[in-house]
Amino acid sequence: MKPGSSLFIDFEMKFKYEIEGGNFSKAGNASSAVKKILKQLNVPPSIIKKLVVALYEGEVNVVAHAWNGCIRVDIETDRIFVSIEDEGPGIPDIAQAMQEGFSTASQAVREMGFGAGMGLPNMKKNADVLDIRSDVGKGTVVEITTFLKKQE
Amino acid sequence: MTATGFYHALKVDEDKCYGCTHCMNVCPTTAIRIKNGVANIRPDWCVDCGECMRACPVDAIFVEQDDFNRILDYKCRVALVPAVLIGQFPEKVTEAEIFSVMRELGFTHVFQTEHTSGLIKRTMIEAAREAEEKPVISSFCPAIVRLIQIKFPALLDQVLPVKPPIDASAVYFRKRLEDEGYAPEEIGIFYVTPCAAKIAAVKSPVGEQESPLDGVINMQFIYNKIYKLIKSRHETSSISPGEMLPFLSPAAIKYSLTGGEASHMEGRCLAIDEIHNVIEFLEKLENDEIDRVDFLELRACDQSCAGGVLVGGNRFLTTERLNKRAGRFKGVADIPGDIKAYTHFMEQNLDIGPLEPRSMMALDEDMGEAMRKMQQVRHLMCFLPGIDCAACGAPNCQSLAEDIVRRESQLSACVFIQRMMEKHRKLSGEHALKIIEKIWGANRLDKDCDKKGAENNTEV
Repeated sequence: MKPGSSLFIDFEMKFKYEIEGGNFSKAGNASSAVKKILKQLNVPPSIIKKLVVALYEGEVNVVAHAWNGCIRVDIETDRIFVSIEDEGPGIPDIAQAMQEGFSTASQAVREMGFGAGMGLPNMKKNADVLDIRSDVGKGTVVEITTFLKKQE
Repeated sequence: MTATGFYHALKVDEDKCYGCTHCMNVCPTTAIRIKNGVANIRPDWCVDCGECMRACPVDAIFVEQDDFNRILDYKCRVALVPAVLIGQFPEKVTEAEIFSVMRELGFTHVFQTEHTSGLIKRTMIEAAREAEEKPVISSFCPAIVRLIQIKFPALLDQVLPVKPPIDASAVYFRKRLEDEGYAPEEIGIFYVTPCAAKIAAVKSPVGEQESPLDGVINMQFIYNKIYKLIKSRHETSSISPGEMLPFLSPAAIKYSLTGGEASHMEGRCLAIDEIHNVIEFLEKLENDEIDRVDFLELRACDQSCAGGVLVGGNRFLTTERLNKRAGRFKGVADIPGDIKAYTHFMEQNLDIGPLEPRSMMALDEDMGEAMRKMQQVRHLMCFLPGIDCAACGAPNCQSLAEDIVRRESQLSACVFIQRMMEKHRKLSGEHALKIIEKIWGANRLDKDCDKKGAENNTEV
């Protein structure tokens, strides 16, 4: 809690989901679980939609490219912070990866309907703040922040 | 703000219900709880899909219906019949016979619901072309529209704002009759419904302010009446040919079956039936996992309206009969000539109006409060056994935990928690029994040889 930020005690909830690299049949499970929580917390549908779309893209990225990964969700009443961390090949050129249509996905992955090169651009579009750090040969950390408007 | 006070067609007969949990376990929105030995349906959570009615072993769940004699309040008594009514009769019974018997029952006019389906389809195709977000979702099934309102509010904008045939046809035939010289108050339009959701949709429409229908007739009820009359006619071999109705096109006959809409829309179209299948798919759609689909036909019942909870006949045979019938009407125009003359009027009257979210998912309106409640739920789950036995009167441990946080139940409702409390001497055996009787009814655990399956029960 930031000192003096609020008269009330800031409340915070944290969740964690493991992602299995290469298991496309389970890609989306973490996103669905987060979505259910956000609905129960009465987060406006439009905000849930944006966040879950970004999260799903991130989840699929881990499944398609990395060996394993983990999603951490940190919810506060004024913002939702998601970090998607993986152990994998990493991204050599992040600026290039952010371009629409750029893809390193294998033919096999593309045939499953993934890997069209829209993942990171789509995440950027749906996140208020997107931060990507990568270490080639080690892994990638993608952080998404979504701000919640004050409820009227 | 979310709307409240919705009418529901499904009711529980408290004399017949013995609190067996079948309905509670199949409810796709977990809207049912057992209290005092009987099922309770939460009005804000129910979408009138009818799964509970299907699951009930003692017919304790029923649909409320209008008194049939109410049709006599009107000079012009219109029956609006969907194609699946015909599909239930054996093949030797002709459509003309069915409609002529309906006139004998007191109706002055019989019209077919799918008469406007060609025009609706054309309007939907145009609306889908203009839609910003794909896939668009058909508003055909009222249980699905309600499901989206309460469980998937983020998808509401994707529902096509085009009236389904039941409403469009009611509006159309009312206008026609008014143009023929009947005063508005002389016209009573009654829909013969294959399901509970359409009753609820007529009594409290999802979009528009007022329903164009005056009442609803349970299909099972009218089927029995028609069939009885037809049987007696066959015995006296005085079959009257009856008056012919305008033919429906093959597409119109099959409109309410699975694929009836999807097979005629543009682009990549999917047809999904049965409400649990629909929920599974909408979960994926909401995550944006479904790519490049243009149109979704979603129906709450398996085999769509042929599987409606008030359709007495077997759903596969009904589908087969309608498919056969459609084969006989090849070449019939999809938009009948009489509708073409009313195109302008219909175009102005096909909009369903705004659909409001009715979210039931939130633990609290205030997010901070909802977070606190979620924390409490998670804390309670530390103690609950995770067996999902439903002995607490809620469908599973998670639901009980949420009910406790909503102050609608208590931790001691769990029989396993009761055991632990007894062990720690925090609950007497007598008190535990009282709690059980509160949920399952007084004397529920007494020996009763008359209950279903017991020694004296001879009903099989």
